[in-house]
Amino acid sequence: MSVELRGEPFDPWQALQTHQNAKPELAGKFGATSIFVGTMRDFNDGNDVQAMTLEHYPAMTQKHLEAIANEAGQRWDLLDTLIIHRYGDIRPNDPIVLLAVWSAHRSESFPACRYLIEELKTRAPFWKQETTGANSHWVEHNTPG
Amino acid sequence: MSITVKFFASLRETIGKADVTLDTDNIATAADVWKIATHHHDRINNMLIAINMEYASLDETVKDGDEVAFFPPVTGG
Repeated sequence: MSVELRGEPFDPWQALQTHQNAKPELAGKFGATSIFVGTMRDFNDGNDVQAMTLEHYPAMTQKHLEAIANEAGQRWDLLDTLIIHRYGDIRPNDPIVLLAVWSAHRSESFPACRYLIEELKTRAPFWKQETTGANSHWVEHNTPG
Repeated sequence: MSITVKFFASLRETIGKADVTLDTDNIATAADVWKIATHHHDRINNMLIAINMEYASLDETVKDGDEVAFFPPVTGG
């Protein structure tokens, strides 16, 4: 299980490949990999969004992402879990979060991946501040999934 | 006792500070921490509280050395 907070843009597909290549012990064991990539839109609640700053509470964020990953590992039979989440200045089309779950079968990986994103959105202390035109405002709630 | 208090995001801007250390024995709960750290500012709707990085309620007891954080609903992912 790996949880990383990153202050700079990252390529989720490269990160996924790097992580998997570094785990040769998984080869032949996993039959399913479920992935969620959250990417910044250039619109939200009817507004054009030019940029976003993602604030977090570093130690608490890390702690709760690890707790959520551990819970998923207790509820489903998982071989590995990877979470990478951005903080700082983010531009439209930048990936914000990568969640990946490896398991023997899809019946374990799909619900586990869904669990990770839904729990993250309600428990991990991140806050989005969007820039729309000349103004910026704090996003007050998550959009429905 | 000494309590470290943190404010995040819109609450930080509303209160006007990111963190403060309280050195007083007149604190029993997180609600007391809010009152003293914000100089009796009204409570914020939907405000969340964490004590030592675990979610908590305003009536939860705090002790010397605790870190108490106040912040709005989270919007990550």
